[in-house]
Amino acid sequence: MKLTSFVQDRQLTLMLRGEIDHHSAREIMGAISAKVDEYLPLRCILDFEEVRFMDSSGIAVVLHTLRRMNSLQGKLLLQNIPPQPYKVLRTAGIEKLTIMKEECTQ
Amino acid sequence: MKGENYMHLEFPSRSTNEAFARSAVASFAAQLDPTLDELGDIKTAVSEAVTNCIVHAYPEELGPIILKARILPEHVLDITVKDRGCGIADVEQARKPMFTTGGEERSGMGITIMESFMTEFRIHSTVNKGTTVHMKRKILPRGGSK
Ligand SMILES: Nc1ncnc2c1ncn2[C@@H]1O[C@H](COP(=O)(O)OP(=O)(O)OP(=O)(O)O)[C@@H](O)[C@H]1O
Ligand SMILES: [Mg+2]
Repeated sequence: MKLTSFVQDRQLTLMLRGEIDHHSAREIMGAISAKVDEYLPLRCILDFEEVRFMDSSGIAVVLHTLRRMNSLQGKLLLQNIPPQPYKVLRTAGIEKLTIMKEECTQ
Repeated sequence: MKGENYMHLEFPSRSTNEAFARSAVASFAAQLDPTLDELGDIKTAVSEAVTNCIVHAYPEELGPIILKARILPEHVLDITVKDRGCGIADVEQARKPMFTTGGEERSGMGITIMESFMTEFRIHSTVNKGTTVHMKRKILPRGGSK
């Protein structure tokens, strides 16, 4: 996955794209880790606007990023989540662990 | 009213087939005229079941995955996902949210998602023989408008 990213004032925004399943998750996790390690942000934003499908493999991606941000004493925020990934994240109770900003309509 | 319709697929446990399997079931389900949300639920449940075969049933080798879907009366989509892999020793434990034998790359939520996204969910497993997941989803009929 080509991960588009923006950095500003130690806030890293990562635009996830496509379908997040077991097949793609390892590469996505690696790409996120590489960006976080490169910029050591205080705030990391995962943007889901371009995510067309996500299953429980994506939950592990979010939890992995959350652990990494916790170890940097930074914050993780999820934004622009379409209904399908939103429902998966809700079922896993992710909103209790991190901030899920707006759900976007499709 | 249409007569019963069904489809059978068999494919090896390669992770590229996760996307194929969920799209195949979504295409098959299209005849029930599901909403985007219903389709999303079905694709998610199929992806979970197939991923479990790929990750857990055949951890070291490739093996066959058998995917069947049927249309039942009253707008019900009936899906079976079957493997001939390692099986599950304790199914009750496996069904618990967050239970996983998969380590950091898994969250232990797949079965919980299938249970909550589908109308009916059953799982049957025999160690060293394999696992069968059986799920149903009722598609609410819409008043002819799209
Ligand atoms: N087809 C299968 N064959 C063998 N074991 C299975 C199978 N399906 C599930 N299991 C067992 O049940 C456990 C729970 O499955 P579940 O799908 O809920 O979570 P997971 O696959 O571990 O994580 P996630 O689905 O969130 O990525 C698995 O960790 C595995 O031990
Ligand atoms: Mg699973």
